This record gives sequence, C-alpha cells and structure tokens, in this order.
Amino acid sequence: MSVFEQKGSEAVSNRAMPGMTHNTLPLLHEVRHALERLLRTGESTIIDLRAIPFGPGDEERLLSLLGEGEVAATLDALGRTTVRESRFSGVWIVDHYNSEAERIAFQLEVIEIPALLRAQTEDMYQSLGALDSVLNAEMHGPE
Amino acid sequence: MAENNTLGDSLRRHGVSRRGFLKFCTATASLMALPPSMVPAIAAALEKARRPSVIWLSFQECTGCTESLTRSHSPSVESLIFDHISLDYHHTLQAAAGEAAEAAREAAMHENKGNYILVVDGSIPLGNPGYSTIAGISNLQMLEETAKDAAAIVAVGTCAAFGGLPQANPNPTGAVSVSDIIKNKPIINVSGCPPIPTVITGVLAHFLTFGTIPELDQYNRPKVFYGQSIHDRCYRRPFYDKGLFAETFDDEGAKAGWCLYKLGCKGPMTYNACATTKWNQGTSWPVESGHGCLGCSEPRFWDAGGFYNALSVPISDNSQTVAFAAAAGLVLGAAAAGLNYKTKDEAQKAHANVTVDDLEKTS
Repeated sequence: MSVFEQKGSEAVSNRAMPGMTHNTLPLLHEVRHALERLLRTGESTIIDLRAIPFGPGDEERLLSLLGEGEVAATLDALGRTTVRESRFSGVWIVDHYNSEAERIAFQLEVIEIPALLRAQTEDMYQSLGALDSVLNAEMHGPE
Repeated sequence: MAENNTLGDSLRRHGVSRRGFLKFCTATASLMALPPSMVPAIAAALEKARRPSVIWLSFQECTGCTESLTRSHSPSVESLIFDHISLDYHHTLQAAAGEAAEAAREAAMHENKGNYILVVDGSIPLGNPGYSTIAGISNLQMLEETAKDAAAIVAVGTCAAFGGLPQANPNPTGAVSVSDIIKNKPIINVSGCPPIPTVITGVLAHFLTFGTIPELDQYNRPKVFYGQSIHDRCYRRPFYDKGLFAETFDDEGAKAGWCLYKLGCKGPMTYNACATTKWNQGTSWPVESGHGCLGCSEPRFWDAGGFYNALSVPISDNSQTVAFAAAAGLVLGAAAAGLNYKTKDEAQKAHANVTVDDLEKTS
C-alpha cells in the first residue's frame, strides 16, 4: 500500500472530483522534499497555501491525505488560529482566522514546532511584570 | 492626520500580544504575496512603520474600485492597515462635503508635503473638463495639484491605470490614464475592473511596511501580483496542455471543468492574481465559476475583440491581423490578411470561435 492509499485518504478521491485535483500531489511532493531537508539540515519550510492555484477539491484532498496527527492547539490572538500536526510528524497545518472568523492565512509548516506555539520573549517580559503585580498585591494587599 | 506613532506602538496600545503581532505579519506577508520566510523582516519593518497620510481622488469611475475594497470583508489585517493609515480625503467615504472636504485635502497636502500617498481611481477627461468636476475643480487640475507633492501615486483600477471603460472606443470624453498626465512621480498601477481588494491593500501594506514601491512590470504593476498570467496559474491549465476544451458553456467538457480557451478566455494574455487570491474571501473566481477571463486588468481590454471570441480569432485592426498572421507563422501578404479578415467576419456573424488550427486550414 502506498503512502497515498493509507487510511484517511479515502474521504476525497479523484473519483469525487474527476480530473480536477491537479495541484495536490505536486504539493505533497514539495512537503516530502521539505521534510527530508528538515531532517538532513534542520532547515524548516513554510508553504503559503493561499499562493497555490487550488481548484475545486484540491484543498479537501490535500487535507485528507495529510490526515490528523497527535497534536492540535488553538491560539486566540487577533482571532483564532488552529495549529494541527498532520499524520506525518513534523508537518503542521496552520490556519489563521481573524476576529470575524474569516481566513487570513493558511500554511503548511514543515518544522519541529511552529514558532507561534512558543512563548514569545516580549510577552514573557510582560508576564514578569504582571506576576510581580500579582505577588505584590497578594503579599501587601491592594493599594 | 498622520502621526508619529509606529505600528508596533499602536498594536501594543490595543493589547495585541507578540504572538498576535507575528500572526499579523504572517497574514501581511500572505497579503503582499511575499514568501513566509519574509515574516521576520516584515515584523522588524512594521514595528517601526509610521502612519502615512493617504489622499484618495475619484474621477471618471463607477465606484466599483472603492466598493471592491470596502465591500470585500474586514479582516484584521486590512482593518489594522486602514486603522494605521490616515485616509485624509476620500469623497465617497468621508463625512465632510463641499468646501470642508476640499479644505481637508488641502490641509493633508500641506501638513504631509512630499510624504503622502495619492490614490486615484477613474480616468481623467481631457476632451472637455466639464465632463467630470469636483467642487468646481476639473479632474485634470485636481490631479496635477495633488500629485505635485505626493511621495507616490497608486492608480487603482483599469480606468486610472490605463483609461479603462471611459477610454473605450469612441472615447467621448477624451479619457486618459494617470500616467498619461503625471510623468515625474512614481506611479503604481493596480489594474483590474475592479482590482482584487487584497491587491489594493497589499500594495498599501508594502508601502507602509518598507516605505518603498514594489518591483513593477512593464505596465508599472506590482510583479508580485501581476507577474504571471492567469493562464499559467490556472487550475484548468492541465486541460489546455492536454488539448481538452469546453466547446460550449453547457457541454460535457464544461461540466468536467475543461479549459475555456475556445469560449473566449483571455487568461493567456492577462496578468493578475485572481487564480490564487480569488474573490469573495477566497471562495471562487470567474474561471472557477465557469466563465472565461475577460482580461480586465489589461490595457484596452474593452476594445480587444469580443469577450466570447477565442484569442486566435483575428482582431479588427488589419495591421494587427497581419502581425497575428506573422506570429502564427503564416505566409504574409494581402491575400492571407484578406482571408483572415473574411474568416473573422464570418466567425463574428455566426458567433463562432476560430482556432489556430482553423486558420491554418484556411490558409
């Protein structure tokens, strides 16, 4: 059984959209090369899916082939962002929405962990100040 | 009016976290059609970006360009960008009218001399100034005096960029484009009828982010959006390569999503971002909904032959017919041109399409 025939790829097939999903497999090849590069050199890759000329069924078929992995996270920053690991470890599906639930960016990240999941230095400095305020209030009472 | 606060200051004041800022930068990179690897550079530039003044002039236009922008949707990226520019004059959107509106334009020009961005939609009538005036000022006079101290000009829509529909034959108002008049300022043409809203904001975002104009093509259009033809980015392209064409709008080929070339699609000669950016929040675009591209982002698209004639149908100008024949490798001469002209005439009468193969057979 080839990688494209594994579980999860049956939901959307070429039969559902006859001959219309031209860009799915080339993109999956690109992901494979990116994953190989990540393993070999440590270099990560981000693919902007909004720059790919998808036809009807392309996105659905790609997501079906990528499947679901072990990790899923949701960020709430200027609207919702979902970060899902695909069933291929190191290949992440990152979907950005605005506060009106409209998609503003859609990417595949081939990386150990997407940068947005890491705590950011600037935010941690702000947290330090906020923690000081909380501790100060708890130890000395509200001013 | 323009302020000295940076975008970074503005976002922090709104309680946006660093994660939120990076997400904003990611969406901005996508908006500007830049690679995601540019996000750190965009973040560094946007952190320091200052609020520019924008003056928007509307001349001979249908308001479609403004509608495209304002009726699209209001995602955070565009909202934040528009929150961060100072739109000091736009007579369709502003509350002020008459003398107060013109006073706002003059104040913005004076206070931001040499630094404001001038956005223009609509063509400029040279035949008779009375065809289009604002507050008693002719379009030509208003353009010339507002362009004088602008940092750059963005010509939004095919009318401002190339003359558009007002310039279509017989061009009753003597309509011309911005670049036909202004010769000493950087001009960015954002053509389309209307232009894609994210392309308009993408160009403004580029100027806001980097303080420079993007790389332009031969028609002064940003290459990131107009660098490739519709045909080259079309998801139906593989059908063209295989020679699979829809012959009518409801035949089996059309239902199977085959190439629309024979139905008049102008994708091969049209440069725009519709195939990837799409319309209505990325829902679809003309070719995906089953209609060929009209070529609306190209100069003289309205006079470039019928929308439903295949590109290989000879066009009306006889000199161009001969040029077409040369390009197709046909034998030149009056007889060949005459034959093509006859073929074209018959095709037009019958509303039929003619392919390169048909022409080669007749010659």
